[in-house]
Amino acid sequence: MIRRWKSPLELGMATREAYGRALAELGQENPRIVVLDADLSKSTYTSVFGKKFKDRFFDVGIAEANMCSMAAGLAAGGFIPFASSFASFLLCKGYEQLRICCAYMEFNVNFVGSHGGISLGEDGPSQQSIEDIALACSLPGFTVAVPADEVATAALVRAAAEHYGPVYIRVGRPRTAKIYAPGERFSFGRAKTLSDGSDVTVIANGLMVAVACEAAEIAERRGIDVRVIDCHTAKPLDEATIEIAAAETGAIVVAEEHLSRPGLGSLVAQAVGQRHPVPMEFVGIDDVFAESGTPEEILRAYGLTTEHILGAIDRVLGRKVKGAAAVDR
Amino acid sequence: MTSKKIDTAEIAARARNIRRLIIEMLAAAGSGHPGGSLSATDLVACLYFGVMRHRPPEPFWEDRDRFILSKGHACPVLYAALAEAGYITHDLLSSLRRFGSPLQGHPDRRKLGLIEASTGSLGIGLSLGIGMALAARLRGSPSRTYVLLGDGECEEGQIWEAAMYAPHLKLGSLCAIVDFNRLQLDATVEEITDLQPLADKWRSFNWHVLEIDGHDYAQILDAFARAEQVTDRPTVIVAATVKGKGVSYMENQLKFHGSVPDKPEDIAKALAELGAGARS
Repeated sequence: MIRRWKSPLELGMATREAYGRALAELGQENPRIVVLDADLSKSTYTSVFGKKFKDRFFDVGIAEANMCSMAAGLAAGGFIPFASSFASFLLCKGYEQLRICCAYMEFNVNFVGSHGGISLGEDGPSQQSIEDIALACSLPGFTVAVPADEVATAALVRAAAEHYGPVYIRVGRPRTAKIYAPGERFSFGRAKTLSDGSDVTVIANGLMVAVACEAAEIAERRGIDVRVIDCHTAKPLDEATIEIAAAETGAIVVAEEHLSRPGLGSLVAQAVGQRHPVPMEFVGIDDVFAESGTPEEILRAYGLTTEHILGAIDRVLGRKVKGAAAVDR
Repeated sequence: MTSKKIDTAEIAARARNIRRLIIEMLAAAGSGHPGGSLSATDLVACLYFGVMRHRPPEPFWEDRDRFILSKGHACPVLYAALAEAGYITHDLLSSLRRFGSPLQGHPDRRKLGLIEASTGSLGIGLSLGIGMALAARLRGSPSRTYVLLGDGECEEGQIWEAAMYAPHLKLGSLCAIVDFNRLQLDATVEEITDLQPLADKWRSFNWHVLEIDGHDYAQILDAFARAEQVTDRPTVIVAATVKGKGVSYMENQLKFHGSVPDKPEDIAKALAELGAGARS
């Protein structure tokens, strides 16, 4: 059985911190990398780059629209911009600029939204981003990625710098579990199969990958063989891997720290529906804004825990065999 | 078109040709925006034939000056100027707004790669211009960036985000021009959101501000020359213009912001007023 994570999972750095460090490393290698931020550089960790490369770092102030279009202008002038803010502000306030200046104009700009999802916690729903992936995926030509840990973040940020075309990467505030060993290679659109179980597949991204890994181990002790896929790129979606998983396991659960309609759940459902229909369940945020609290409290209250994935596994297995209750355990 | 003596007679002739081409292409298309194209014509003619460093045989010359038509609905003036400068053929102009044409209803760089930016959603061009000017500075290029804004467009918030930031960067190579024709789609600018005192607004944001008659070639050329001399902050030229300038029945008429005369005799009258048959 493929098992790419160590149990129990050990805590690594936040993906936002991994982003800032990766940027600083890329800036050293490539003088065409320029970075923009909207007065959140200490939170997004772009300040790590800013301290090293003062002349290639622009803190535009609290003006996301200007920042996103400026980044496009810098791309037009031959640079490789990374523009960051909180995911909610970047995608909502910058949406038109991402649409016109980057998607429509086909400029090569990378956007990294920090504090994605609800796990940023106490600051509450105005800062929590629950629709950024859907918004980014709706833009023609955009590549959209949600790394699960520090290794994935560094690799995907590097992939963004090398990829020609607009990219959106979502990173998070809390520290995340270490899934991957250093050196693991990533490319956009190629999902990672973390364990190759045959009863049911859990497809996840971001911090829900670690939750899925934990759920898989508990399910395994109950005699359920779970395939776990880190679908780190929401667009382009790795439909081939999803189709194989649907065919070989016959049931799919999608887990994400985002609205599941529309979100990764909707995207996977479309792929499954077209390529190999099987029963599906969705672990994500229902059609609501969350609230303030510790990340753990909020993730529990809004349905994003190991138990929620286990419940979804039970439900989907119950529907896998028509007329039967959940499989015998 | 680099480092040459500026000839105002040539610019006047080019502007007349551009106006005629605007009417011809809009008549062929049957829709579009004549008013703001004609109000901006003298400004654009000065830029393309007296001010900007650019090389029509080499449209992607790295050190070329950049022009962004932020008020993208006025694209007929841009397309006509590109034809006059030799970037595209005059024949192509009659395909404006037709399916498959590179001359989209608003400028689209996917279809017409030699334009700097796709515009048409108002409010964005000045920020793009900051990015382009900054890129030139980082490359060590002498390239200057010109952004033509509409007055109504200045109601967009993003314009003022950009207006706040460009002086902070001391972007002397950036020059914005406001085509102040006082009319927008629904009514006069004064009736919708009175922008006055517009020049003072820019001044208070620390721009180098010049106020001119946007149809007086000497004033326009002098303003661009003075803009180039101020290197420690961006310049904005607030240019008073007349919407529909050059066609008597279109001047200051709200109707011709976004509609084209449909009667052949009206088109003929416009072309006659613009000296049709006397292409210079």
